[in-house]
This record gives sequence, C-alpha cells and structure tokens, in this order.
Amino acid sequence: MIYGISQLGYLVASALFIFALHWMNTPATARKGVYAGVAGTMIAVVVTWAEPAVIHHAWIVVAIAAGFVVGVPLSKVPLTAVPQRTALSHAFGGAAAGLVGTAEYYLRLSEGGEYLTPFRMIALIAEIILGYLTLTGSLMAAGKLQEVKWVPQRPVTYPLQNISNLALFGLALALAGAITRSPTAAWAPFVFGGIIALALLFGVLLIIPIGGADMPTVIAILNSYAGLSAVAMGFVLDNKLLITAGALDGSSGLILAIIMCNAMNRSFTNVLFGAFGQVKASRAAGEEKVYKSETVEGAAQVLEQANLVVIVPGYGMAVAQAQHKVRELYDQLKKRGITVKFAIHPVAGRMPGHMNVLLAEADIPYTDLVEMDEINPDMPQVDVALVVGANDVVNPAARTEKASPIYGMPIIDADKARSVFAIKRSKNPGFAGIDNELYFGDRTWMLFGDAKNVIGELVKQLAGGSGMH
Amino acid sequence: MDFWPTLYVFVLASFIGLGVIRRVSRLLHTPLMSLTNAISAIAVVGSILVTGGDYPPRIRALGAIALFASMTNIVSGFLITDRMLRMFKTDRRPPTEPGARSGGGS
Repeated sequence: MIYGISQLGYLVASALFIFALHWMNTPATARKGVYAGVAGTMIAVVVTWAEPAVIHHAWIVVAIAAGFVVGVPLSKVPLTAVPQRTALSHAFGGAAAGLVGTAEYYLRLSEGGEYLTPFRMIALIAEIILGYLTLTGSLMAAGKLQEVKWVPQRPVTYPLQNISNLALFGLALALAGAITRSPTAAWAPFVFGGIIALALLFGVLLIIPIGGADMPTVIAILNSYAGLSAVAMGFVLDNKLLITAGALDGSSGLILAIIMCNAMNRSFTNVLFGAFGQVKASRAAGEEKVYKSETVEGAAQVLEQANLVVIVPGYGMAVAQAQHKVRELYDQLKKRGITVKFAIHPVAGRMPGHMNVLLAEADIPYTDLVEMDEINPDMPQVDVALVVGANDVVNPAARTEKASPIYGMPIIDADKARSVFAIKRSKNPGFAGIDNELYFGDRTWMLFGDAKNVIGELVKQLAGGSGMH
Repeated sequence: MDFWPTLYVFVLASFIGLGVIRRVSRLLHTPLMSLTNAISAIAVVGSILVTGGDYPPRIRALGAIALFASMTNIVSGFLITDRMLRMFKTDRRPPTEPGARSGGGS
C-alpha cells in the first residue's frame, strides 16, 4: 500500500521532470517548466520522507533548512557569476552522490554485506567515482571562473600528463575490480577509501590543463557527470525516479557538450586532453601589424548613418559588465530607426547560453538575439558590426590559417560587414593567445578601452547628437 | 536483485532526454543547465533515506551533509532558473518618449 503510493509519487515526478524540460523549448513556456520541476521535486521529497523507514526527522529538518539558508543567496548572484554558480552546483550534486554512496557502502558492510551484490558494487563505485570526481573537478572549474588566487588560470601542463592520468584511472579501475569481487574482505574498506581519494585527485587533474575558452564544454561535461552519478545512485537504491532524473541531466550535459564542441570544431578528447591554451608559439613570428584606431565621435557618426547594425558580444562584455550600456546603445540606435541585431556564438562567454542571459537581463528582447548560423548569410549586408569583448569567435584565422589552434572553428563573419568597430580593453591577444586578423582588416577600426566606458561614451555622443538632453 | 528493469529505465530515459533536450531553445541553454541541475538534485531522495533511517549516527551524518548539498541545489537551482527566465521577453516596455529616459536602468 505505502509502496504503491510512493511509487506512484515517483512516477508522477518523473513525468513532471520530462514536461519541465519539454517546456524549455521556447521562452514562452519555459517558466511552466520550472513549476513542473518544483512540483515533481516536492512530491518526491514528501513521499520519501513519509516512508516508514524514515524515523529520525530532526537532522532532515536541519539539513533542509541549511539548504535553504545557503541556496537562496546562491540564487541571487549577479548573472555574470552564473558560470561559477553552475560549476559550484555541479560540485554540490557530485558531493551528494559521493557521500550517499560512501554511507551506503559502509552501512551495508556493517550489516554483513549480503546487500553488496556485484551489480550494486559496480553501481556504487560508479557513483562514488563520478560523484567525487565531479566534486573536485567542479570546484576547480568554479575557482578558475571566479579567478580565485590559488587556482591557476592558465592551463597547467606537465610531461606525461595524459599517460599519468590514464594510469591513475587504470589503478582506480583495478581497485574497483578487486573490491567488486570481495566487497567484505578485511582490506575492502581501505580500498574503498583509496578509490575515493583517487576520484578526488582525478577531478583536480582533469581540470587543471583546461583553459578559460574551453570552460563552456567542461561545464557541460561536468553537468553530465553529475547527472550520471545520480543515475548510479538510482541503481544502488533501485529507485527509478533517480535514474530518470539523472539520465535527463546526463543527456542534457552531453548534448550541450556536443554543441559546444561542434561550435569549436573540436572533439571531446581534444578538449579534455588537448591543453588548448598552451598553443601560442606561432604568435611571435611575422611582421608587426598596425591597428587603426577610431575615436568615439567618429564611430558614433558611422553608427548614425547605418541601417543595419550587428553587435557581437563576447566574454569581455561580461567582464566589463557592459550589458546595460549595450542596451542603452541599442535604444539609441532603435530610436533612429536602425535595425539592431545581436550575433551570438555558441561558445561566447564561459558557459552555454551565457550571452543570451546577460542580454536578456539588460532587457533586450530575445527576438533580436540571433544565432551564428542564422546571421552569417546576412553579414555582407550589415553596415556596422560592433564587436564587444569578443575575440576568438570573430577571428578569420579560423577560416584560413591551418596552423592556428582555432582553425576550422565556425566563426561569426564580422569581417564581411561593410565596416567593423571592435572594442578591446588592451592590445593583448585573446584567451587562446592568438592574434586576431579581424583587428587589422581594411574596414576595421579599433575602439580601445573598457567596454562599458566606450559604449557609455558612444551613447552620450548619440544622445547629444540628436539634440535631446 | 533483478537489475534489468532499472537498466531499461535508464536507457529509455536517456533517449527521452536526448530527444527533449535537442529541442530546447538555444537561447535558454544557461537556464537549462540550472534547471537540470535542480532536477538531478532529486538525489535528495537517497539522502533522506540515509539521514532518516535507523542507522549509526556517523552514517546518518554523511546523509545529512548530502541532504544539505542536494537541498541547496534544489533551492538555488529552481530560484535562479526562474529568475533568469523572467528576463526573457519579446516585447519590452513601449518605446520611450524622446528624452524621457536617456539614463541607465541598471
């Protein structure tokens, strides 16, 4: 009877989760998706809490209350910090799976170990490896994104890195094999602890060779791992809701990672084991090229004459917190009857969809946010392409230079616009450490300075020029 | 234990996931991530069973920490997803009167 009710609850929750994701297919219905997710979670929590096996309640209440105390402020971070928050939440998800797996193992071991069938042991080990690896890996990723001092920003590489990582992973698998065969042996608890330690270490080692430009992919992969660790927990507990929800999360992370990889023309293995940021040797060679810089006044005049302006935002816009100033510029141009679109590269920013959220925050209608593939055919008709803190995603070297590390990556064809203004903080190359041909193009003019200030000046010029205020 | 049914559930749920996620608007990939994160925090179910069961305190303590972590994800995940989704609008405020609002709205 009770079993039937809880299973029914889980079934309904599973269906609600699927609907939640289904409703995310358009912004118009997306908020319904959140409500469905909340409803599903609440049902699952209530029926689980009501299980007769749950007899102690004080700690549950305290832990849930603590979750609210930490969770509410975490949901109010500025949107530029969303990548860090997301990485942190993957860490929490991984930690939860790892801890429950650890508790399950030592509990069942103390009960004699009949429960620890080979299948459960495999699931348990998958759960703790994925869980703890996600925990440290995501913490490292969050640290890199937050630019915490003791986490190296630049990719860290050393000789035999991939081989030693693989060896560590092989060792973990060997230990896993041994403990699966004899989960109750005298040495088994220590081996279990050893696997945990290896997983924690492996998470760190996996992330240190990865540079900031690859963060969108890595966050998506960690998202997938966090989901899969929940699946493994579902196998251990024989809970189909956990398996369903985890599989949804796992496939979501996988699809996002594939989209990110395609958008960079790179493979999974290349992102994880390629140490992208190291490639910068080719840069020193070649003659000194000169930038043409332009004044804000001049740029404002050109903008005023345009019919179609495309703004290409990048991570630099997020760093400078320039999205609200961009909105003011958008308003100024719109007021003159100029069509303004935003060209969004899938890997612009530090996580999938990062730019869209920042621009939506600045109150720019999402109908003006255009994907790369849709806007590229129109680029030759664009009067002004305004590049705001984007670099590699508009670098024409991706089309032409075989030696370039970004060769083959699809880019936004800003260089095909009739004129290009690029706002750049300094004359240094971008995250990938590569010179950008776009900046030296015939029709490109540079606006040096902080993106927020430069756009603020542009807005002032446009506002002043039209005789208002 | 017969584990085949659970494997079926996993494979079928993965296919549903791939099908559904593929259709998610690219605009919403960031909120999608926080939403799936909150959903997969359903691992809270396992944490409740461990925390509330008749087990030794050190086992239950591990469960309580896991419960705290999952609950944090649930609360912050759903709240921030909703906060982000609220920002996605087609129509903004009606066009402002010239000069009525030239400053920032931040």
